[in-house]
Amino acid sequence: MASCRAPLVLLACGSFNPITNQHMRLFELARDHMHSTGRFEVVGGIVSPVSDGYGKQGLVPAKHRISMAKLALQSSNWVTVDEWESQQPDWTETVVTMRYHHGQILKEYEQSAGRHSDTSGNFASPSSPFPQLKLLCGADFLSSFKTPGLWLEDHVEELVQRFGLVCVSRGSLQPERAVHESDTLFRHRRNVFLVREWVRNETSATEIRRALRRHLSVKYLIPDSVIEYIRQHELYTEDSERRNEGTALRPLIKQAHQPIKSLDD
Amino acid sequence: NLLAWAFWRLIYNPTTSKVVLLACGSFNPITNVHLRMFELARDHLEDTGQYSVIKGIISPVGDAYKKKGLIEASHRVEMARLATESSEWITVDSWESQQSDWVETAKVIRHHYEELLAREHNRDNVDTVKYTKKRRIEENYIASSVHHRKRDGPQLMLLCGADVLESFGIPNLWKQEDITEIVGQYGLVCITRCGGDPYKFINQSDDLWKYRKNIHVVHEWVTNDISATHVRRALRRGRSVRYLLPESVVRYVQEHGLYSADSEQKNADVVLAPFQKYSDASTSG
Repeated sequence: MASCRAPLVLLACGSFNPITNQHMRLFELARDHMHSTGRFEVVGGIVSPVSDGYGKQGLVPAKHRISMAKLALQSSNWVTVDEWESQQPDWTETVVTMRYHHGQILKEYEQSAGRHSDTSGNFASPSSPFPQLKLLCGADFLSSFKTPGLWLEDHVEELVQRFGLVCVSRGSLQPERAVHESDTLFRHRRNVFLVREWVRNETSATEIRRALRRHLSVKYLIPDSVIEYIRQHELYTEDSERRNEGTALRPLIKQAHQPIKSLDD
Repeated sequence: NLLAWAFWRLIYNPTTSKVVLLACGSFNPITNVHLRMFELARDHLEDTGQYSVIKGIISPVGDAYKKKGLIEASHRVEMARLATESSEWITVDSWESQQSDWVETAKVIRHHYEELLAREHNRDNVDTVKYTKKRRIEENYIASSVHHRKRDGPQLMLLCGADVLESFGIPNLWKQEDITEIVGQYGLVCITRCGGDPYKFINQSDDLWKYRKNIHVVHEWVTNDISATHVRRALRRGRSVRYLLPESVVRYVQEHGLYSADSEQKNADVVLAPFQKYSDASTSG
C-alpha cells in the first residue's frame, strides 16, 4: 500500500505581541520536520493571536497585533492570520480555539469532497484523508502546562490525544524533559512531535518590546513592515508595557473554581 | 520625539566623532545575525554620546581566502547587496573580494580609511562654510600618509564578533603588528553573547590591554547562535532558512541553487590563505 501522507494544518496560539521572525521560523521548522517524518503533508498554517481579554501585562490591542501579523505574513504562501479568537468577548481556552478551527477545516473538507458525513462524522475516504490539526508551540508553552491554574486537566488530555502537539525548541532539552515529567504528555507522546533547531535563538517578543521602549534597533528581528507599523502607531512604550499591571491572567480567574490540572499525576 | 532628541544631541554635542563601521568576513551567506551586529554596534556607540555612526561597510573576503565551503565572491557580494537594500546606512564594498590575492584585514581597513579621508577632504572642499575646518582637514590629510587618527576626523572601526577577537590568539592567523595597528590606530567594536568573555581575553593580552579603550564590547543580551554554517547545513538538507536571512537572499539562494554538499567541499584540502602566507614566511626565515 502506498504511503499516505496525512494533510496537516498547524495552529499557533499566542500573544504575538508583536509577531517576530522567530514566530514565523516556528512554522518553517515544524513544516520541514513533519514532512521529513514521511507521514504528513503540511497544507496550511494559522496564526491565532489571543484576545485582549487574556489580560497579560503589556498586551497591546488585538487589532494592532492582527494587523502586524498580517503585514509579516504577506510574503508567506501558506501561513495566514485568523481573527476569530481575538474577536471573542472573553479569553478563549486553547482547546476551544482548536475545536473551532477543526470545525472549519471539517466544513471545507466536506465542501471540497462533496460528501456528507454519517452521524458520527466518520469518513471512509482513503484517497483523501481527513486533514489533521495540531497545535504548534515553543518549548516554553509545553512548560506552561505546569503552571497551576493555567490549564484544565481535561483540556490538556484533549489537546494531546485528539489533536496533537508540534513543539519547537531551540537549543535546550527542555521539551523532552517536560514530556518525561508529565504522565499525560508521556501517555500520548506519539502525538507530541518535538522539533529541534540545534542552535540557540532566544530572541523573543519580550526582548523586542524592551528594545523598542529603549529606542534600540529591532531591524532584522522582525519584518520591516512591522517596524514601520509600530513606528506609525507608536506602539510599545513604557506605558504600553504597564497595561494590565497587577491584573491576574484571565485563565487563572476563569478556571479558578474548576478542577485544576496538576502535572504531578 | 526621538528625532528631536537626536537633533538636540547632535547640535549640543558637536564633539561626537563620526564613525564608519567595517565588517570583514566570509558572509557565506550573509544572515540576519550579521546585519544585527551593525544595528547593535550603532546603538551602543551612539548611546555613549561620543559617537555618531554615519556608515556601515560589509566587505566580503576574496575567494583566495580558501576557506572550506566558500562559494564565489560574486554571489556573496550580490547577496550582501540584496540584504542591505533596505538599509539606509549599511553598504557593501567589493574591493577586497576583487583582489586576486587574499588581503590582510589591516590592509582592508587602511584602504577604506584612506577612502574615507579622501571623501571627507573632497566634501570639505566644496563646503565653503566650514572654512576653518577645511584648513585643518587639509593639514591633517597631508600628514595622514602615516594614517594617524585625527581627533575630530572620522574614525573607522572594525566590527566583529567575539570569535574574531579571540582568533587573534590563533598562531599564524594574524600578524602581531596588524593586531596592534587595528586596535591601536583604528578601533574594534566587538559583539559578544552571554557565555563569552572578551574582557578576559583582552586582559590576557598585553597588546589588547594597552589599547582597551579602543575596544568597544557590545553585549547582545539575547543569544542568537544562528550562523552562516548553520544556514548552509540547513540548505544542504533541503530545510527552510526563511526568516534567518532577508527574503531577497533566500530567493537568490534558491534561484541559483547555492550551497550543496558539493559546494561545502570546496577548498577541503587547501590550506587557509593566512596560514599559507605566514607559515611560508616563517619557513623562508
